[in-house]
Amino acid sequence: MSPAHIDKIFRDEAGRALATLIRLVGDFDLAEDALQDAFAVALERWSACELPDNPRAWLVNVGRNKAIDRIRRQAAFRGKQQALVHELESNAQAFDEPPAMLDDDMLRLIFTCCHPAFAPEVQVALTLRTVCGLSTAQVARAFLVSEDAMGQRLVRAKQKIRLAGIPYEVPERDALAPRLDGVLAVIYLVFTEGYVATSGADLMRPDLAVEAIRLGRLLDRLMPDRAAIKGLLALMLLHDARRAGRETTAGDIVLLEEQDRSLWDRAQIAEGLRLVDDALRVPGRPQPYAVQAAIAALHARAPNFEETDWPQIAGLYEVLLRINPSPVIELNHAAAVSMVDGPARALDLVDAIAARGGLDGYALLPAVRADLLRRLERKQEAHEAYAAATEATQLEPLRRLYARRVREMDN
Amino acid sequence: MQYLLLIYRNEAELSKMTPADRQAMSAEYGTYTQSIVQSGHFKAGDGLQPTTTATTVRVRDGKTLTTDGPFAETREQLGGYYLVEAKNLDTAIALAARIPHAKEGSIEVRPVMIYDK
Repeated sequence: MSPAHIDKIFRDEAGRALATLIRLVGDFDLAEDALQDAFAVALERWSACELPDNPRAWLVNVGRNKAIDRIRRQAAFRGKQQALVHELESNAQAFDEPPAMLDDDMLRLIFTCCHPAFAPEVQVALTLRTVCGLSTAQVARAFLVSEDAMGQRLVRAKQKIRLAGIPYEVPERDALAPRLDGVLAVIYLVFTEGYVATSGADLMRPDLAVEAIRLGRLLDRLMPDRAAIKGLLALMLLHDARRAGRETTAGDIVLLEEQDRSLWDRAQIAEGLRLVDDALRVPGRPQPYAVQAAIAALHARAPNFEETDWPQIAGLYEVLLRINPSPVIELNHAAAVSMVDGPARALDLVDAIAARGGLDGYALLPAVRADLLRRLERKQEAHEAYAAATEATQLEPLRRLYARRVREMDN
Repeated sequence: MQYLLLIYRNEAELSKMTPADRQAMSAEYGTYTQSIVQSGHFKAGDGLQPTTTATTVRVRDGKTLTTDGPFAETREQLGGYYLVEAKNLDTAIALAARIPHAKEGSIEVRPVMIYDK
């Protein structure tokens, strides 16, 4: 067994093994330490001999024993800890629970990390660290803060879970709906960070996108017939299906209009399209994620950029603006309008959004303006807008894209 | 676990209440207290006299300094509390949400620290 292979198993199993250990030992930090201990043993044993049949169950078993050791090693034996050791040991038969139980542990972990007692940015950070298994340094980078600051934020969050008694469970049915919104928002943020990174050299972080899709599937399986879940899962699948077409081997962005559609993942698109239909069939108000997925479905169905059903896309953005108004949606709507009514009308819309100041500091606003000005052949203004867009982004591939647009315009 | 549910509400609004309003409010608190006694969550609880009766004490360089008034001048003031026993934060939040003043004021939920023997 090669170290690289073992490393991959760790990455695949860490989240679910940790979730189960948290349930068994009831403490985030102790569970994380115990899992680290188990990994150390695994690295030693698995490189020497064969892999166990069920690596995750093996990790949970070894982790549980390591947790017992750790509790024992602590100098003072307090009554409560002895009771915990007793409980962990009395349940000593090898860990062999059905897969559904393991999935429930993941769901518990997500709902705990997304508890409304945490500020939204703490919910996302805790989910990335605990559920998605990112390192503190990686989470810090996603939030553009120092590793120290993020480390402290995470320590405080884990303390709050323990000291404030934030439950490690999927909430009761009547508390589920409001909590589910937060969970879906966090999963979508994990996905978007994977789809277009906030900063750095790489456009995409496929590991995050894949993890978000996995969490979406998990929720869909455990809470069937919820339009919001199906809609979000469809949206993520349809976006992610275009991954191979979105960048060159050199890491440059390929815009939708230039993408080789034969590179798109047809199986994933088919699954996404089925889910959109399911989501739209669920009775009740249209769900924002489902409408966004319907827009993505129109892109996926179009044989090429020109034959995309732009009028319907613009119409769906109008639906979205009615049920879930936001300046970012307005900006997307304006971009769709430019394909139906031309760039001049769209530029009016974009300038109106900018004038209201709702999107100050949003990096894509100057980028959309620049694109519209370029198409209107207002060269001087387009130059200024591309400069502003370059200034506003911290993502290298986007900067290269804007530089390319400027070069094309000047030739 | 034990949680302290701290009831913050606007004293200025309170002073504008009619006697009938006050009576209704106190009846509502009576019903609430009774319900959490019966469900086994109640440990203790009291209302507080208004902040005009408050004195804040600090000792600096060995000298006791007293100031007239509450610790913090805010829009909402601490007016009472419940000490409850609850399984977890969600249960404590559910108890807090049923406190009559949750509708206009705010309830801060704080876990009570446990000292190891």
